[in-house]
Amino acid sequence: MKNCEYQQIDPLALGTPASTPTSTQCAKNKSHRPRRKWEVFPGRNRFYCDGRIIVARQCGVLPLTLGLIVVTSVLFFIFDCPFLVTHLTICIPVVAGVLFLFVVITLLQTSFTDPGILPRALPEEVTNTERQIDNSGSVTYRPPPRTKEIIINGEVVKLKYCFTCKMFRPPRTSHCSLCDNCVERFDHHCPWVGNCVGKRNYRFFYTFIVSLSFLTSFILGCVITHLTLRSQGDKGFLQALQESPASVVELVVCFFSIWSTLGLSGFHTYLVASNLTTNEDIKGSWSTKRGEESGNPYSYNGIFRNCCAVLCGPMPPSLIDRRGFLPPDVIPRTVASGSELHPFMAKNDTNMCTQAPKKLLETVAHSSLVHSTCTSATPKTALVTQEFPFNSVSSMLSPSNTTQVPLPAARDNRRSTPWTRPAVREGITQKGMLDAYKYQVS
Amino acid sequence: LQQQAAIASKVFVQRDYTSGTVCKFQTKFPTELEARIEKQQFEETIQTLNNLYAEAEKLGGKSYLEGCLACLTAYTIFLCMETHYEKVLKKIAKYIQEQNEKVYAPLGLLLTDPIERGLRVVEITIFEDRSIGSR
Repeated sequence: MKNCEYQQIDPLALGTPASTPTSTQCAKNKSHRPRRKWEVFPGRNRFYCDGRIIVARQCGVLPLTLGLIVVTSVLFFIFDCPFLVTHLTICIPVVAGVLFLFVVITLLQTSFTDPGILPRALPEEVTNTERQIDNSGSVTYRPPPRTKEIIINGEVVKLKYCFTCKMFRPPRTSHCSLCDNCVERFDHHCPWVGNCVGKRNYRFFYTFIVSLSFLTSFILGCVITHLTLRSQGDKGFLQALQESPASVVELVVCFFSIWSTLGLSGFHTYLVASNLTTNEDIKGSWSTKRGEESGNPYSYNGIFRNCCAVLCGPMPPSLIDRRGFLPPDVIPRTVASGSELHPFMAKNDTNMCTQAPKKLLETVAHSSLVHSTCTSATPKTALVTQEFPFNSVSSMLSPSNTTQVPLPAARDNRRSTPWTRPAVREGITQKGMLDAYKYQVS
Repeated sequence: LQQQAAIASKVFVQRDYTSGTVCKFQTKFPTELEARIEKQQFEETIQTLNNLYAEAEKLGGKSYLEGCLACLTAYTIFLCMETHYEKVLKKIAKYIQEQNEKVYAPLGLLLTDPIERGLRVVEITIFEDRSIGSR
């Protein structure tokens, strides 16, 4: 019964049901595997573990960062800790171990977490936005860029239009050219972690650099203590160095990295306390006088409050549904048809076509069927009416009065319902739909 | 037998950034909906959504506790625990479904959960109610 209803919706599908492979579908049917959204993500990112892990395409020097940290720490544990444990205390490797774990875990979290990527605007939104820009006199339109001014807490903030993502960027959002994504609360793109630092992973990044500064200082201190203890007595410092060559390596690495890590930690502590991003600080967005926080509309006007808000605030969710499933055949057709249909639009399809809207449909259909005067409808019509309360019942009764807009073949009948957003269907753009609507009304 | 497309137009309720970066939608009543739904009902829906998002993003004792605990465990608890925000998002999804069933679907409208649009817009799909015109 359900199959029969769906065929009535999509007449072209009668001849070409979704199960019949077309040339574009061959590649899809080959795998018979529902694709996840990360596979068609438009930004320059790489995904691992079936979409669970996201990194920038250019991983930068992340392997170097990780390598340096791991190698230095391992050398420390192997060559310095035994001496220090016997001469001082067992706490040293324990503290170093905890710090090391913190550093590695937060580094991996910074690198592998979605920084706050905004999904790109869907075609209907783009059309709507462009219509507003054209109609509204208050929006500044200069080709390029398009801007919109709003007032946040008494400060004028300019929202810029992103031509890649086709939307007005929310405040504090910036487009990363390396990752080709708009990132919320964009701080910077860090090559050391191989990812952008934004709203969702800033706390991981901050914890990483702070714990790394502690680890570097701790190792440096311990190595110097070790060498000093070793060189006590008749042995010279040089001999101590010769006895423990690994310590030299650690000394060099720590000495050179401590300046940058401490500097970075200090800088970011200042940013956290003033609720600023690196991007805003570099651009001088809110600086009225040097060192003054005033002018920043996002600040809570209190160091403690700002720190709590930035570091201990609620963890926002990822807005890109990496592991969500795509409808099986939307993407190749939309690419082939040249329309700007975004794969993420399919999420709506998937969600809209799940049980909830279907039940909703049936509930409403039942109620409308009760109210419907089309009692003389044929069983077929009644069937259609039951599923499509908002379709023209009159079209069944008096086909000459209205113009039918034939639908293209549905690629997956299971998903096709009247609630499916029309633009998902191949070849029908919103403009086409609205034109058809106008024609029918006239 | 030719079928009719479910011709629809869409209204996008944009974000309201006047209070900062918190998730809040404009309560301005779109003109396209004037014929379909009452202004008060629409405003009530949007206001409830705004309140729910405010609850999700609230900075208070509970969120600080969650944040501090997460920091102490090197944020590994995020791997096993559902965050407060996620819990509220589920509540929001449920509310939208309920609103669709009770209020919007009978009027030929459909609300789309903003999380599916990257929290940028509340998309309201307007379905053409042909059965009314045809009688």
